[in-house]
Amino acid sequence: MSEIFGVPVQALMGQLTIGLVNGCFYALLSLGLAVIFGMLNIVNFAHGALYMVGAFFSWMLLNYAGVNYWYSLILAPLGVAAIGVVIERTMLKWLYQLDHLYGLLLTFGLALVTEGVFRHYYGSSGQPYDLPEVFRGPIDLGFMMLPKYRAWVVVASLLVCFATWYVIEKTKLGAYLRAGTENPKLVQAFGINVPLMITLTYAFGVGLAGFAGVMAAPVYLVAPTMGSSIIIVVFAVVVIGGMGSIMGSIVTGLGLGLIEGLTKVYYPEASTTVVFVIMAIVLMVRPAGLFGKEK
Amino acid sequence: MRKTMMAMMVGAALASGVANAQQGKLSDDTLKIGVLSDMSGVYADFGGPGAVLAARMAVEDFGGKMFGKAIEIVSADHQNKADVAKNITQQWFDRDKVDATFENLNSAVALAVTALGAEKNRITVVTGAASSRLTNEDCKPATGIHWVYDTISLANVVGKAVVKAGGDSWFFLTADYAFGHSLEKDTGDVVKANGGKVLGALRHPLATTDYSSFLLQAQSSKAKVVGLANAGGDTVNSIKAAAEFGITKNQNLAALLMLVTDVHALGLNTAQGLYLSEAWYWDLNDENRAFAKKFEARNNGKKPNMNQVGVYSAVAHYLKAVQAAGTDDTAAVRKKMGDMPINDVFAKNGKLREDGRMVHDMHLFLVKKPSESKGPWDYYHHKGTLKGDEAFQSLAASRCPQFKKG
Repeated sequence: MSEIFGVPVQALMGQLTIGLVNGCFYALLSLGLAVIFGMLNIVNFAHGALYMVGAFFSWMLLNYAGVNYWYSLILAPLGVAAIGVVIERTMLKWLYQLDHLYGLLLTFGLALVTEGVFRHYYGSSGQPYDLPEVFRGPIDLGFMMLPKYRAWVVVASLLVCFATWYVIEKTKLGAYLRAGTENPKLVQAFGINVPLMITLTYAFGVGLAGFAGVMAAPVYLVAPTMGSSIIIVVFAVVVIGGMGSIMGSIVTGLGLGLIEGLTKVYYPEASTTVVFVIMAIVLMVRPAGLFGKEK
Repeated sequence: MRKTMMAMMVGAALASGVANAQQGKLSDDTLKIGVLSDMSGVYADFGGPGAVLAARMAVEDFGGKMFGKAIEIVSADHQNKADVAKNITQQWFDRDKVDATFENLNSAVALAVTALGAEKNRITVVTGAASSRLTNEDCKPATGIHWVYDTISLANVVGKAVVKAGGDSWFFLTADYAFGHSLEKDTGDVVKANGGKVLGALRHPLATTDYSSFLLQAQSSKAKVVGLANAGGDTVNSIKAAAEFGITKNQNLAALLMLVTDVHALGLNTAQGLYLSEAWYWDLNDENRAFAKKFEARNNGKKPNMNQVGVYSAVAHYLKAVQAAGTDDTAAVRKKMGDMPINDVFAKNGKLREDGRMVHDMHLFLVKKPSESKGPWDYYHHKGTLKGDEAFQSLAASRCPQFKKG
């Protein structure tokens, strides 16, 4: 069997595929962050907590109401989006004129409170969420057996990411949105309700986090800490991709998933740090990120 | 008249002197114990608030007072960071007059706290951490105590059972810090001693999100058994990924450290058929069931695991020793703790050895199939009990400098 640096090609392909799956989670989460930062100029530290809430919603729907995975794929993100509306209307909207730091502190505080509440009621070791019946079992890719569910994660995430990019960059609605953040007064003068648009953007951004949470529930543990362990990596992704860049966050998310996958083969001890090493290098070479524009 | 007054006063003074001697002495006029644990991270269900509750129950069952003074409990979150743990403990000893600390889970934390206890001459009892270094290379026999289990006892119970069942080639998936390294080494030793082979090991950072990539590498090792030398959420996520990727079809998993709270998080669908070792299980006998009932009523309906009951046992034993010694002086209390056998809900005829190891029976359990379980928390078949002397390392084999032979 042929090898690359002592690792069989087959095994390497398997690892890259898994890296791609993880990259999809990074992409979904960093996409929401990028949308929120790009449109609202808010560094949303509550993103990880809302991802966790999305996973818990789908767990609650299944265990308390008997609602299956497919419905919660829609209902849970809507629930999280509703929370987003409340957060934006009651708290965030007072902060747009202030320094980034205030938004960061507020959302960070919200994240801590949310995590604490869930830990109080559900403990830290998490809850099981069984795979939906259709996704049990693997698909034979030739070089590896990929569980069906992981394949579904890739397909669904890529679809959602592409749709989001398309709406924001290519449609009229997206154009309003981008114009609204550039010059809200002028856009309002054309009769467009800018505050409503901003609320919905925030709700959509956190809804994406909720969606990622539902996707994650069957594969990772549904636990209060699941958000804080992934969010730091996701922030690194956003910084590397360029704050606020939609395409940047998608491409970087997937790319870093792959790089992390490779690290797990060649030097597993560093698999959680490699992302930050890359971030440091990128910041030195291109301070605005790979896809960001210098201001 | 005057004479009678004098006599009365002398009598009163004598009487109070006698009463004082019976009462015993407390330094700083108070008995204060600290419970240090991971209150919010991956191990918070392993110890955490449940461990504080267990300590509180031990104090309440003791009567709440020592020599007429209320016993105080302080607790803190070390966030799984050895430096944070060290700072808190130092403050407790230097400023807050804490007499002894308990729990101290996470092996990195436990090693730091045990060393500090020796330096400050205060008793430190480790329950939740596993590293066998605590009573071997890094032993502090005068003050450091290891109560519930260690990596050697886990290896002796689970490792041996799995090798006996035919699992003679192993690959380890190891949490990359003191605990994982100890567990990997001690289990590897047991596997080899019983005629098995260790094919390799892979180290992952603590609290990694996704384990599938590590498990694929374990799979390509072709070992019959994949030994999970990790704990808590790490173990649970590893087992989930293994089931999803179909690794359990051709290979067996051995969860070297897994508690009933982890099985609860994993669900029986995924956890069934695993062998594991605990020192305590709520459904073993009436005494345990009664304790669990009292405990869960105050713990959001969650049953205690062996670590939390271990905290109860250690605190209770410490309090008895202080009472028997009539003082909270470290050396006197430590001696009494060793002299008195441990007989409580956690251990029968337990013995605290001079190297700091508390020796007691360990049990082997098999996780039930979903169809066999009567409901939440009914998870284990009891498969056997290893006597303390077989489960734990003998004093003769100790690598602790004070007891090392030759």
